[in-house]
Amino acid sequence: MSSTWMTTRAWLLMLPLLVVMVAVIGWPLVDTVGLSFTDAKLVGTGGSYVGFDNYTNMLSSSNFSRTLVTTTLFAVVSVAAEMVIGVLAALLLNQQFHGRAILRALMILPWALPTVVNATLWRLIYNPEYGALNAALTQLNLIDAYRSWLGEPATALTALIVADCWKNFPLVALIALAALQAVPRDITAASLVDGAGPFNRFRFVILPYLAGPLMVALVLRTIEAFKVFDIIWVMTRGGPANSTRTLSILVYQEAFSFQRAGSGASLALIVTLLVTVLAVAYAALVRKTAGSAA
Amino acid sequence: MLRTITKTLVGAVFAGGLLVPHAFAETTLNALFMAQAAYSEADVRAMTDAFTKANPDVKVNLEFVPYEGLHDKTVLAQGSGGGYDVVLFDVIWPAEYATNKVLVDVSSKITDDMKKGVLPGAWTTVQYDGKYYGMPWILDTKYLFYNKDILEKAGIKTPPKTWEELGAQAKIIQDKGLLKTPIAWSWSQAEAAICDYTTLVSAYGGDFLKDGKPDFQNGGGLSALKYMVDSYKSGLTNPNSKEFLEEDVRKVFENGDAAFALNWTYMYNMANDPKDSKVAGKVGVVPAPGVTGISEVSAVNGSMGLGVTAVSKHPDEAWKYIEYMTSQATQNQYAKLSLPIWASSYDDPTVTKGQEELIAAAKLGLAAMYPRPTTPKYQELSTALQQAIQESLLGQSSPEDALKTAAQNSGL
Repeated sequence: MSSTWMTTRAWLLMLPLLVVMVAVIGWPLVDTVGLSFTDAKLVGTGGSYVGFDNYTNMLSSSNFSRTLVTTTLFAVVSVAAEMVIGVLAALLLNQQFHGRAILRALMILPWALPTVVNATLWRLIYNPEYGALNAALTQLNLIDAYRSWLGEPATALTALIVADCWKNFPLVALIALAALQAVPRDITAASLVDGAGPFNRFRFVILPYLAGPLMVALVLRTIEAFKVFDIIWVMTRGGPANSTRTLSILVYQEAFSFQRAGSGASLALIVTLLVTVLAVAYAALVRKTAGSAA
Repeated sequence: MLRTITKTLVGAVFAGGLLVPHAFAETTLNALFMAQAAYSEADVRAMTDAFTKANPDVKVNLEFVPYEGLHDKTVLAQGSGGGYDVVLFDVIWPAEYATNKVLVDVSSKITDDMKKGVLPGAWTTVQYDGKYYGMPWILDTKYLFYNKDILEKAGIKTPPKTWEELGAQAKIIQDKGLLKTPIAWSWSQAEAAICDYTTLVSAYGGDFLKDGKPDFQNGGGLSALKYMVDSYKSGLTNPNSKEFLEEDVRKVFENGDAAFALNWTYMYNMANDPKDSKVAGKVGVVPAPGVTGISEVSAVNGSMGLGVTAVSKHPDEAWKYIEYMTSQATQNQYAKLSLPIWASSYDDPTVTKGQEELIAAAKLGLAAMYPRPTTPKYQELSTALQQAIQESLLGQSSPEDALKTAAQNSGL
């Protein structure tokens, strides 16, 4: 078969999907770009052209910079914690022991829960009057009185990160577990004979097999964490005093609560751009990791 | 042969006759309500069932969302070009809904009987620019609830008449070791905080706007926030109030952990229900207090109305449904969690029986209802004020600076 035919066939096979993608992603994106240069309201008339005003106003507002910091903090800390906990859980679940199958199944549970359910659940756990966390910590004598975890700026973001980690570490663990099963037994056995300790076995024998798949998990989780909305909206609505307001919440407020579709669109595109930069950087990293692993 | 044909034709006509009106009459309305405070979901379902029983040709799909999602859900459904025929709306939204053509003007459908029968204060809920955008349905304000048992143990004879007195009584309760933090409010970063703040603004005789420009940073508006901050810092207010919504306040009060609580009508009968509440039978209710020399009582207009959306394909049926839901008969029947909009209901024994105390408080409170500002940019103003309240409570900013910043960020 000629290579031209191969190329044509590939494109033909992809065509239906491409059409769908252009319709559901491409067109709205182009529409959003158009909208971002207008002062359009959410309902009513189309609005008039305002040039880069939406962008300059948004980028220069203190709301934006503060929210960007909060979002970055949330994404970095929660993803880092999920990666570490996920890999540790995978290493554990890769051992032979009774009840492993049940534990593996149970671990998926938090990830399978809808985010809103998870968020409501954690709100109850953190409840300042009758929450389980307060009860546990006072009974262990770690704190002397019940506290308002979601009502204090010092603890609210951390509390959200914990809730997010609990929900999302299973994804990382699952990916890592799958990768661990691809590690050939003779290599780990050989390294054991050669006298490698547990840390060195992990670092030099197991990690190279994990690096590629973990990179994929890292990319997925970072992008998701950067766009976080639902868990925060349900638990704090961005409060107290906007200390947990992320970029997506700012977009939502601007576009839907304040009904400034134009300015909301510009902010949404700024977020999209930031996520794209992250994705491209990661993609390059994945390629590098894949190259060095080979 | 001919007879068969005739029979068939006659049969077809009959069948058609049966089918046609049926096909035309089946109308489905989609209605959006809220799932907290005022009428319970069960009440709304029961009212709607009674309506559909009386109007078998109309079907009503009900949807309930938390108050916090009500505004955005309405606007988003509108933006996507469909959704609801009937929506519940808060007193603060008609300006925006009218400007953006979310609701239709129903001025022509408001009859003289309605105008005469409904309490004058209730109409402000649905009016903007002299036009009517729906029927008032939930007539509500925040009352001061108190735990009679705790007040008695503290030797307090009468509940507070002024906000200052409230602080003094709370101090007695605290000093006697009856409760650590006697007062509960809903100061979460949400509209709930604005309702408590507005109650205090009305007590201190403040103004939200003057000539369309923010004025809450001066006078009564500033005193109101200062009162909140003082009460919080003095430890008389439950510090968790800053993450409470109304339902949290209710739980704390029903658990006997608050001597005083500011909340809507619905808490009265819920807190008096021994099934869920530890304080049943001990619930006292009075209008929110005033400020010496300025006001006798204070109240926020927290009423809500039902309106027909501009995208509804069945505006007539939708209005019929609203008429039924807001009718005096329906409202009198379900007067436990929300009080009627009809003036004569307040002297009707079916409404007042068993809740005389609430009715007495309502007569004073409803007459003093103070509105939140009427502006299409209300959401921005409210968001800015919520931030100001929380920053002041958390000590990140002084009430003066926080309100000045809010005035700048209010979009007005």
